[in-house]
Amino acid sequence: MLRIKNLEAGYGPLKVLRKVSLHIGPGEIVTVIGANGAGKSTFLKTIAGLLGASGGEVLFEKQDIRKLPAERIVSLGCSLVPEGRQLFAPMTVRENLVLGACVQFRRRRDEEVKEDLDRVFVLFPRLKERETQLAGTLSGGEQQMLAIGRALLSRPRMLLLDEPSMGLAPRMVREIFAHIARLRREFGLTILLVEQNARGALAIADRGYVLETGRMILQGPSGDLLLNKDVQRAYLGRSPEEDA
Amino acid sequence: MNLDLFLQYVVAGITYGTIYGIVAIGFNIIYNTTGIINFAQGEFVMLGGMTAVTLARVLPLPAAILVAVLVTTVVGALIEILFIRWLRHPSVLRMIVITIGLSILIREVALHIWGEGVRALPYFTGTSVTSIRLGGVYISPQVLWVVGISAVVVAILGGFFRYTLLGMQMRACAANRDAARLCGISAKNMVTLSFMLSAGIGALGGCIVSPITYVSYDSGVPLAIKGFTVAILGGLGNSAASAGAGMLLGILESFSVSVLPAAYKDVISVAILLVILFVRPSGLFGSAEVARLKEF
Repeated sequence: MLRIKNLEAGYGPLKVLRKVSLHIGPGEIVTVIGANGAGKSTFLKTIAGLLGASGGEVLFEKQDIRKLPAERIVSLGCSLVPEGRQLFAPMTVRENLVLGACVQFRRRRDEEVKEDLDRVFVLFPRLKERETQLAGTLSGGEQQMLAIGRALLSRPRMLLLDEPSMGLAPRMVREIFAHIARLRREFGLTILLVEQNARGALAIADRGYVLETGRMILQGPSGDLLLNKDVQRAYLGRSPEEDA
Repeated sequence: MNLDLFLQYVVAGITYGTIYGIVAIGFNIIYNTTGIINFAQGEFVMLGGMTAVTLARVLPLPAAILVAVLVTTVVGALIEILFIRWLRHPSVLRMIVITIGLSILIREVALHIWGEGVRALPYFTGTSVTSIRLGGVYISPQVLWVVGISAVVVAILGGFFRYTLLGMQMRACAANRDAARLCGISAKNMVTLSFMLSAGIGALGGCIVSPITYVSYDSGVPLAIKGFTVAILGGLGNSAASAGAGMLLGILESFSVSVLPAAYKDVISVAILLVILFVRPSGLFGSAEVARLKEF
């Protein structure tokens, strides 16, 4: 579904990613874990087209998307839920969701948009309750739900999630991870999940990668990574998210 | 000062205030999608007025105005496509210099085409001496045209931004550019559209006001300064506040004539601009917190 080879990217002269490779098959949940500043967000932003890559290949369903702008990549079916939600804060919940469907309107699939709105409201009933409220006034967890819902309205086949658990209360973190697992079951999505909360992410992912200072240093099935001594020490040790 | 005279000043103030508000709304539309002030905004107003005057010789007045607005809209689009669109990561300063350069360029081109003469469209109804008596106040019918058309434009614009998908996409771009792109919205096209919209609105403003204020190749500059003052006064990016701030400045100006020599009229707006920038850069109706987040 998604195959990344030797991706290099960064900000101007600052190289953040060095020869990063990764692949995801259809229907998989794959997670990339790593500490702050490892380059996780840069990685997703580069795939989604918000940042230019300086080298390597990004193949989405066998098509090279490395040089495409962000707005084209969404219309191909690969949608990013960005770090920090990035909602349209002065607009209502409903407006945010409808804007997520821009590529669908362009395809003249107005009927599907209506269905999708209903599905998102079934998935996140709390968004339905707050339909006419401004996005900026929602709680952190609700904002994350809205960000995911907005991405779903473009009818993606693949979802990129950037730290969905960030800044949420432990209970909400569990809820969000449960929702992500449901997305694969109910929407048939392939998911690439980038997380600092390694335990929570590995619990729902099939496979995981460990990103450290711009390089993939480890990869394997989630179960193996959870048992790996280095991973345990560096990412699963005493951390504030432990009880999440 | 008796009540009738007082009201007469208010009416004069509202007339000018409306047009300042229209110019300010043009500033705001572009500011919201790009974060820059388009210093060529006054030139759009001038272009609209001048084109309409020329066309009015061969076309009926409404058609001349319509074509003038369309022509200016195309000019707005061309400006964005030729000078702004291809810039990769333009700094605010660079964009400002570009738009100032453009305003000079447009003015010089206009000077070559139309010369230095001062022109005006005919009054839409009646002549320059026709007036309607409302209570003790005499109002030129053109004033009603200006206020009426402006009100309709503001209402349509409000509906466009609130209820149409295109308007929502433009607001989304203003709220969060990266997120808009992730929704499949082409931020670049929205910027082009915002230049077209503000060019068109500026041109319409130039047409409706030209019977009263006249228009010449350089009449855009003072309007841009007033419009900019009003945009700042209301709080950058806030179109509803601009309309209110426009009225305020127009009325202040018109009363200043009763106490100060008329030559000082323009000093008022520049003085207000400076005071606001020093004391309350977020504008009368803006919040200081939001202003701090803006690039300038």
